[in-house]
Amino acid sequence: MKKALSLLLVGAMTLSLAACGSSSDDSAATDSATTEETTTSESSDSEGSGEATFKIGGIGPTTGSAAVYGIAVENGAQIAINEINEAGGINGYQIEYNFQDDENDAERAVNAYNTLKDWGMQVLMGTVTSTPCVAVVENTQADNMFQITPSGTAVECIQYPNAYRMCFSDPNQGVESAKYIGENGLASTVAIIYDSSDVYSSGIYEAFAQEAENQPFEIVSVSSFDSSNNTDFSVQVQQAKDAGAELLFMPFYYTEASLVLAECNSQGYEPVFFGCDGMDGILAVENFDTTLAEDLMYLAPFVASSEDEQVQSFVSAYEAAYGETPNQFAADAYDSIYVIKAALEAAGADPSMSVSDLCDAMMTAMSSVTYSGVTGKDITWGEDGEPNKAPLVVQIQDGVAVEL
Amino acid sequence: MIGFVSYLVNGISLGSVYAIIALGYTMVYGIAKMLNFAHGDVIMVGAFVVFSTVTGMGLPPVIGILISVVVCTVLGVVIERVAYKPLRQASKLAVLITAIGVSYFLQNMALLIYGANTKSFTSVVTVPAITLADGALVISGETIVTVIACVIIMIALSLFIKYSKSGRAMLAVSEDSGAAQLMGVNVNSTIALTFAIGSALAAIAGVLLCSSYPSLTPYTGSMPGIKAFVAAVFGGIGSIPGAFIGGILLGIIEILGRAYISTQLSDAIVFAVLIIVLLVKPTGLLGKQIQEKV
Repeated sequence: MKKALSLLLVGAMTLSLAACGSSSDDSAATDSATTEETTTSESSDSEGSGEATFKIGGIGPTTGSAAVYGIAVENGAQIAINEINEAGGINGYQIEYNFQDDENDAERAVNAYNTLKDWGMQVLMGTVTSTPCVAVVENTQADNMFQITPSGTAVECIQYPNAYRMCFSDPNQGVESAKYIGENGLASTVAIIYDSSDVYSSGIYEAFAQEAENQPFEIVSVSSFDSSNNTDFSVQVQQAKDAGAELLFMPFYYTEASLVLAECNSQGYEPVFFGCDGMDGILAVENFDTTLAEDLMYLAPFVASSEDEQVQSFVSAYEAAYGETPNQFAADAYDSIYVIKAALEAAGADPSMSVSDLCDAMMTAMSSVTYSGVTGKDITWGEDGEPNKAPLVVQIQDGVAVEL
Repeated sequence: MIGFVSYLVNGISLGSVYAIIALGYTMVYGIAKMLNFAHGDVIMVGAFVVFSTVTGMGLPPVIGILISVVVCTVLGVVIERVAYKPLRQASKLAVLITAIGVSYFLQNMALLIYGANTKSFTSVVTVPAITLADGALVISGETIVTVIACVIIMIALSLFIKYSKSGRAMLAVSEDSGAAQLMGVNVNSTIALTFAIGSALAAIAGVLLCSSYPSLTPYTGSMPGIKAFVAAVFGGIGSIPGAFIGGILLGIIEILGRAYISTQLSDAIVFAVLIIVLLVKPTGLLGKQIQEKV
């Protein structure tokens, strides 16, 4: 009796394993059945179900504390995809787009990646934040899938040849900030506050400190905070103030920055404030007193108020669709989709190619792609996947971010 | 020297926020003998109510705070009735886990209603800052109000428990709830009253916390809640003056540690001090020495 039972169990297990194997092998066959899972149907609606399409997946946090970035990326990419599909697609093929939530969590990001693979994703635009991106890039490397992250800034995000980046990397931002401060003579003494529990923030800090040695200013105070002590900044601000720093460098996100600015105000400390792209969004904090951020400067790849024609058409399309001004994450995502298009066109690709063949063709094509978009002009990519583009410094004047 | 005084003032300011939160923790623990881990999240609810009424609807701050106190009091009583009362006879562990559950429930409800985006909280304090020593030492209005509020609340609570009828009933329940019931004390309503007072304090703590540190998210209450719990244990959990002293000391140690030792090690220093205190005095600074009878 026991023997019969165990045989039965073994049989059942073998069957289920076989079923698993076959379903993942020919995932293309199940594509049409799973398209109703797509979060955005606009793009697929215009397309007849029978024709071949390019399938671009996206991953990012659309819920949780980093939801601001994920939602912006999802929407920014959607604008680009709508434009491309209306203009006739890539090499004559329409694009299907599916964006999955990762809650800014590495494990969920890998799950999202697997969901997208089951859906039939051929190219990945993601992930939005650094930590999940470092996890997902291991998978795309193993599958040899082309990946471009719009906003993952950590060095490891694109450590493999199949991965590219749209934004500046952490070290790059640190170096550019130090150069800008030095070359424009903004200050002779600089204080730094950074988030020691965050890869983004400490990465920028390290590169900044290194580059500062070559610049005509001196770092007089360095202090840090971490994710469990990010409300009280009295000590850090006072140390900067006591050290007599003329400029306060803040390589962290705007949530903490709004508190640091308020603390400086209450201590009567008025240095030059300088931040990185994490500052983008500070003006959008509900009920924030924007006079606190007056004269704040930060590195940003994108300014919505720019008079550039491409920027204006993107901003007005985004505002019409989502009722708010796009931030740099939306802009990076918008450009990422166009870069994918440029690479696919240069490679002369069509949707029937396998994921790996597509990736190889696109990698070859990327070395010759020169792209001008809303986050920079004449951008090229090196072997390492880093973009070569000029940084942009913006300053908040009268409550509006203005390009310097 | 001025620098040291300035750090000390900042430490007292942070410590008094911890102390107000710790008072709520210690009251509930002292009387109901349970750790209400949802306390930090009631603080967050209190702050959100003030944010909605004062910033959103434009009501005067005093009215907003009153509404917030009422909402939190009702919330505290409801939480006690729904989540804790049915478990009064259950194991301590079951109640503890339920409290953690309530904490997550409140956070996620706030996330659903207000979203994940940070809100900037407008300070409700209108007391002007005091500037001493030619601007080298600034004591903000929020610090002054928080410290004064904290002292008043501590004294009022001590007097209430010592002299009022319901306060003495609380003492009796805390000593021996079975015996108190036999002597005619209504244990259920006494515990409900404890939660009501604790939650009303949480509302005030929320307003003061967010006035001093003006950013508000659904997770605003959790970290100060944990720190305040440490403060309550530090001072001797169950003791009202203990919570006050524990909170203030914790704030000062944290700020001075950050200022003079390392900004990265401030938590490590705080917890090292906690461990040493508990090794020397296991019941905390002002905790009662309880003889376990065999």
